[in-house]
Amino acid sequence: MATTTITDATFDEEIASAQEPVVVDFWAEWCGPCKMIAPILDEIAAEHAGRVRVAKLNVDDNPETARRFEVMSIPTLIVFKDGEPKKRLIGAKGKGQLLEELAEFI
Amino acid sequence: MDDDIREIIIIGSGPAGLTAAIYAARANLAPLVIEGEPSSTSDQPGGQLMLTTEVENYPGFVEGIMGPELMMAFRGQAARFGAEILTARVTRVDLSERPFGVWVGDPDVPAPTHRAHALIVATGARSLMLGLEAEERLIGHGVSTCATCDGFFFRGQHIAVVGGGDSAMEEALFLTKFAEKVTVIHRRDELRASKIMQERAQKNDKIEFCWNHVVVDVLGDTKVEGVEVEHVHTGERSTLPVTGLFVAIGHRPNTDLFRGQLDMDANGYLITGPGTRTNVEGVFACGDVQDHTYRQAITAAGSGCMAAIDAERWLESRGDIDAQRTATNW
Repeated sequence: MATTTITDATFDEEIASAQEPVVVDFWAEWCGPCKMIAPILDEIAAEHAGRVRVAKLNVDDNPETARRFEVMSIPTLIVFKDGEPKKRLIGAKGKGQLLEELAEFI
Repeated sequence: MDDDIREIIIIGSGPAGLTAAIYAARANLAPLVIEGEPSSTSDQPGGQLMLTTEVENYPGFVEGIMGPELMMAFRGQAARFGAEILTARVTRVDLSERPFGVWVGDPDVPAPTHRAHALIVATGARSLMLGLEAEERLIGHGVSTCATCDGFFFRGQHIAVVGGGDSAMEEALFLTKFAEKVTVIHRRDELRASKIMQERAQKNDKIEFCWNHVVVDVLGDTKVEGVEVEHVHTGERSTLPVTGLFVAIGHRPNTDLFRGQLDMDANGYLITGPGTRTNVEGVFACGDVQDHTYRQAITAAGSGCMAAIDAERWLESRGDIDAQRTATNW
């Protein structure tokens, strides 16, 4: 599965109903490093479909959720499992390093 | 693995590296560009412009252009002429014999992953950090080196920028879009920023200056709750009640890879000349990695073009390039 989009309105339901861990990518249009990791996240979502889900949350359009999880820097990735935030990754990383950080969830 | 030897490898993908790639690709040298791996602490594919917003001084763009957009265009242009771009970090180089060896991934394996007759080093420079324990701990929790990435999260707050150069002024000005107040902490009593940036910053009502002070600590356990500063003459300490600290105190060239192999000055900048030549024949350097004076996108791009031409002529003089290939009409 490709990456999906998540919003303030859909956030709670999507996180609660997900069977697999969800990696939420807090990003924005004006963030260069976010753009650099976007294709990497697409690849990870496609290659690990069924085991992990990647959902993109635009912080410009969805400030509520960003505030709720005290996101102060983007890109930030938060991994949710069983409805709870389990891990937070701040800043851009390469694919190898991302997969390493996410290994416990995949 | 003889068939795996390239004419040319370019390390780095900022304006210098990608301009070198455009020129080398157009000269049919089929360059491999190793662009780095996205990371908030070391590599930045696309270079420092990926962390900026509006670039107003790059010629050709009447209304300015966004930094990331400009770099994506450089990249697309290089790819269009056949430059191969590899998203990976170079972990080791061996310049002791030709073809030169370049490693990505595990640096301890004996054989290089890539080899080339000529090498262009365009690894650029990165932001210096203050070097405080608290600074590292609070990165992403109020401490930032990228105002354009993180300024948004400080709406209505009081934040501090440390530094007195152009990038510090740029960050401070950008941050006024969000913050209620921006305090610029500088260790001297005057700025080294350009006139135009100084004027803009000093005219801005939201910016105030904390002269002759250095940051000695960042306060807060899980997020920034203040910054402790010290007067450079009196040693008197005080606390600024800020929720964010943006660090813009200068740059350091990315030359650790080449230590002991390429000549560098006391600050680690590669020494070049004539042209873009380094002390190792066949290795050329361009952009911020060898320039602490100008450090502009346009000068980096210009020197990238020079490096590609220098490298092509050098390859040609050695007969490394296919004899049937006619000299490039640049």
